[in-house]
Amino acid sequence: MNVPLVTVLGRMTLSFLALTGAVTAFATRGILHCFEPPIYRRQILRQMLEIGYYSLPVVGLTAIFTGMVLALQSYTGFARFSAESAIPNVVVVSLTRELGPVLAGLMVAGRVGAAIAAELGTMRVTEQIDALTTLSTEPFKYLVAPRIIAAVVTLPLLVLVADAIGILGGYLVGVYKLDFNEQSYLRNTTDFLQVMDVVSGLVKAAVFGFLIALMGCYHGYNSRGGAQGVGTATTNAVVSASILILTANYLITELFFAR
Amino acid sequence: MAAPRIVIRGLRKSFGRKKVLDGIDVEVGVGQSLVVIGGSGSGKSVLLKCILGLIEPDSGSIRIDGEETVGLSRADRARVMRKFGMLFQGGALFDSLKVWENVAFGPIQSDHIPEAEAKEIALAKLGAVGLTPDVGELRPAELSGGMQKRVALARAIAREPEIIFFDEPTTGLDPIMSDVINELIVQCVKQLGASTISITHDMASARKIGDRIAMLYEGRLIWQGPVADIDHSGDAHVDQFIHGRAEGPIRMQVTKG
Repeated sequence: MNVPLVTVLGRMTLSFLALTGAVTAFATRGILHCFEPPIYRRQILRQMLEIGYYSLPVVGLTAIFTGMVLALQSYTGFARFSAESAIPNVVVVSLTRELGPVLAGLMVAGRVGAAIAAELGTMRVTEQIDALTTLSTEPFKYLVAPRIIAAVVTLPLLVLVADAIGILGGYLVGVYKLDFNEQSYLRNTTDFLQVMDVVSGLVKAAVFGFLIALMGCYHGYNSRGGAQGVGTATTNAVVSASILILTANYLITELFFAR
Repeated sequence: MAAPRIVIRGLRKSFGRKKVLDGIDVEVGVGQSLVVIGGSGSGKSVLLKCILGLIEPDSGSIRIDGEETVGLSRADRARVMRKFGMLFQGGALFDSLKVWENVAFGPIQSDHIPEAEAKEIALAKLGAVGLTPDVGELRPAELSGGMQKRVALARAIAREPEIIFFDEPTTGLDPIMSDVINELIVQCVKQLGASTISITHDMASARKIGDRIAMLYEGRLIWQGPVADIDHSGDAHVDQFIHGRAEGPIRMQVTKG
């Protein structure tokens, strides 16, 4: 290759900046349409069902095994210096603050982000999005806004459920395998749990929901070039949503807890 | 003659270095049907999409009933779109909705007609294109290509538009079904008294549904005139196209523009 390194770097920087700008413009337009009537209630309800309700099994399964393995792993660690009584505490704090929202976010990014990108991508390629415009319906209002609203509302609910199921998982392992007393396990769980732990997790969930819907919509809406284009859009939606979730997770944690 | 419905002046659009539309001047009168012919990739679809506001032209003017529509705000655009109906090439039916919901989409979502009433409109329009009410309960994916075209036509005329665009209405259909669709188009357009622009490379279709024909070549309309004159246009490009000869002044562009 004869292209100097600087040229390559410059090109990458420029395309990164262009992408950031395009995504920001897309996001702004999407958010504005969330608040501007007409609001398509039926579309929002349908998306809530799709994003929230149908994600329950996969999120629930993830949560219960995470709770179980947390209890098991922290036992092997804590038993070395007789700190077993801290296990319920570790389980509940890790779940509500970090693992609940992040794992639920990643699972939903895979399930819902991909579905959104594929659906919108196919609609773009088959001119259905253009058809919306010719029927005097703004595609952002009809397609993008309902998905953003639904994801931002349902992700926190999903995470609440995931938290509860995860704690149950930890409880099951704690009581039936590690021989904890039932009452003291529950007391340890509730005593050390702070409102902030749950709230920070829910804030994260709402942000993750936004990112998942945004990435799904952005890549789907802008897909081109037939089946292959839709495939690329789907992959990009999931990968970018996952990376953004992990990045945002760190930033929000820093905001809430770094003092 | 009344003032023309659509007046296009100096319309230009480039994608990168490729000039797709290079100064288009054309007008369509009230109740008139213009057919734009031209090879694949000659920019016919881009022309329609510019008029619909789906693509922003680089320069030029598009007036609809005297109103300039280039650079219109979104709200005004939605108002102007109320005059339009569009039949997309692949139908572009919403596959998440039932057939009748597709046809009733404009009346319900944009004109806020109550659902029961809109369903009646939809079934009537489906009847107008020769489909029975039970088809209305199916999903678009369950229909054959010809049926999908009919549904798409029903959706395009559901709001009784004043201007209708047809994007290759007969592509992918057998000759008999093509003729059925052409008949339906002529019938619906006559009933509504609408002005239309159709793009096609099917000459049988062009002769049937058009009053005037214009030929798009290398971003310009190289010939336009009444349908009857197309056979003695005196233009070598037009002759080559309507007779479908590989040899001639037009060399087909193979890659997509």
